[in-house]
Amino acid sequence: MVKMDLNDLVNEKSEWLRGEGPRSDIVMSTRVRLARNLDGYPFFSRAKDEQRKNVLEKLVSVFKKNDLLKDAALIRIKDISEVDREFLVERHLMSQEHAVCVERKGLVVGKGEILSIMINEEDHLRMQILRSALNIREAWTAIDALDTSLGKSLTFAYSNRFGYLTACPTNTGTGLRASVMLHLPALEMTGQIEKVYEAISKLGLTIRGFYGEGSEAAGNFFQISNQVALGHSEGDILDNLERVINRTISREEQTRGYLIDKKKRETQDGIFRSYGTLKSARIITSRETIKLLSAVRLGVDLGIISGIDTSSLNEILLLMHPAHLQKINSKQLSSHERDIKRADMIRGKIGGGN
Amino acid sequence: MKCDECGIREAAIHLTEVVNDKVTKLHLCEQCAREKSKEMQSHFGLTDLISGLMDFGPQQRQEAASPRGKGPTCGSCGMSYSEFQKFGKLGCGKCYEAFEDKFSSLLRSIHGSDKHIGKMPFRGTSVVPEQEKMRQLKEELEALIRSEEFEKAAVMRDRIRELEETVEKHGEDGS
Repeated sequence: MVKMDLNDLVNEKSEWLRGEGPRSDIVMSTRVRLARNLDGYPFFSRAKDEQRKNVLEKLVSVFKKNDLLKDAALIRIKDISEVDREFLVERHLMSQEHAVCVERKGLVVGKGEILSIMINEEDHLRMQILRSALNIREAWTAIDALDTSLGKSLTFAYSNRFGYLTACPTNTGTGLRASVMLHLPALEMTGQIEKVYEAISKLGLTIRGFYGEGSEAAGNFFQISNQVALGHSEGDILDNLERVINRTISREEQTRGYLIDKKKRETQDGIFRSYGTLKSARIITSRETIKLLSAVRLGVDLGIISGIDTSSLNEILLLMHPAHLQKINSKQLSSHERDIKRADMIRGKIGGGN
Repeated sequence: MKCDECGIREAAIHLTEVVNDKVTKLHLCEQCAREKSKEMQSHFGLTDLISGLMDFGPQQRQEAASPRGKGPTCGSCGMSYSEFQKFGKLGCGKCYEAFEDKFSSLLRSIHGSDKHIGKMPFRGTSVVPEQEKMRQLKEELEALIRSEEFEKAAVMRDRIRELEETVEKHGEDGS
């Protein structure tokens, strides 16, 4: 394993933000994760400190010898600052839950931030592959290989009847959760997203807004993932997800076509107004940023706006978060200060020199 | 740290709730926590959903009403079924055995199934998984015969034969 300086990550583009790959016009990223626990130890929340420590050290020693992880870095969560923890959450390398109660918790981050493993989260191991665009199969192949390889040196909690045993019964069985993040502005604008919600819940899948509070999705970013982890093979679960994702994509595509054919003026107007505000604002909240980015992104996809690429929009989507802004500016910032620095950052990326 | 509620006493109870990736943190002193506990119960996300799912079947309700009321307890980590119902999370892998009877219906209501079919861990021998696989295939074969899908059943029968041959061969190799 290698050493990692989190400050170096600030200026690096995560793989999942590349904005390239299959269907990158509609699909932002694909994430596949597996939950595993070590046989013979209680799950994290029930384990004593000594047991938590043993799990951490045991996993670290196995990881150090694993060839697939030779370029990966290990971070002990208690050794890093709160801003750095938040920074890792914002980069989708670990969960919000992993950033609290940090004793005996670890995180492994692979080269290019494609792979990450949380140690001692709710389950002893939560390993994920995060890829740009629609790459379910590729992500699965990589995580499957890692799981198989680790399974040769570790005994995972498993029963013939229930499969892989996890702290929460919603993950029991395959321990697999595959999620795809989509940008669905046309479905949202035309009120069809409700239908997507209805259809998806009947198919063993779940959909939720990716940013924003409660059910209200800011910026039309949605995450679709499998809800069922038991009773279906990994292949079937992924096939089912992929089928629904493809159907959702073609629906979004058709609707974008409709907007261009029948509502061209209105669509252009909304997009250019958003673009104007985004590149000129001096103070901007993250909520507004997401909303405007969504519109501008649609403009780029529809060929209405030229001169910006999807990857810079993705970059803004990451850099606009509180911990990122604070790391870029190397100091703590109040909420209002962040709104100012956010606007500066955005103008620096896409502003017209004003 | 002071209590979020009264702002006077020292906080003794720290709650973190994660719903849809939104984290809510609450730090309370014991007194305020007790007052808040009722409110909290209606404020729980997934756990509540699972607890809700678990509360079905007359047997369950009877047990809850019985004097012992706790249901089975895991011999390995000591978690009782009622504790699980409260938190929605299990204590260890052995809990699955301890709560097996209740778990079948719980897992069926979450996943529509209580039987794993998918990847199995490498245990140094391939015979056990193959036997397990065979058992599953035979179950599927029976189901196909019951639903009179004979063409599919014939394909399944051939797969089982093939698998039987490989298992036997493995056995010979091993001896």
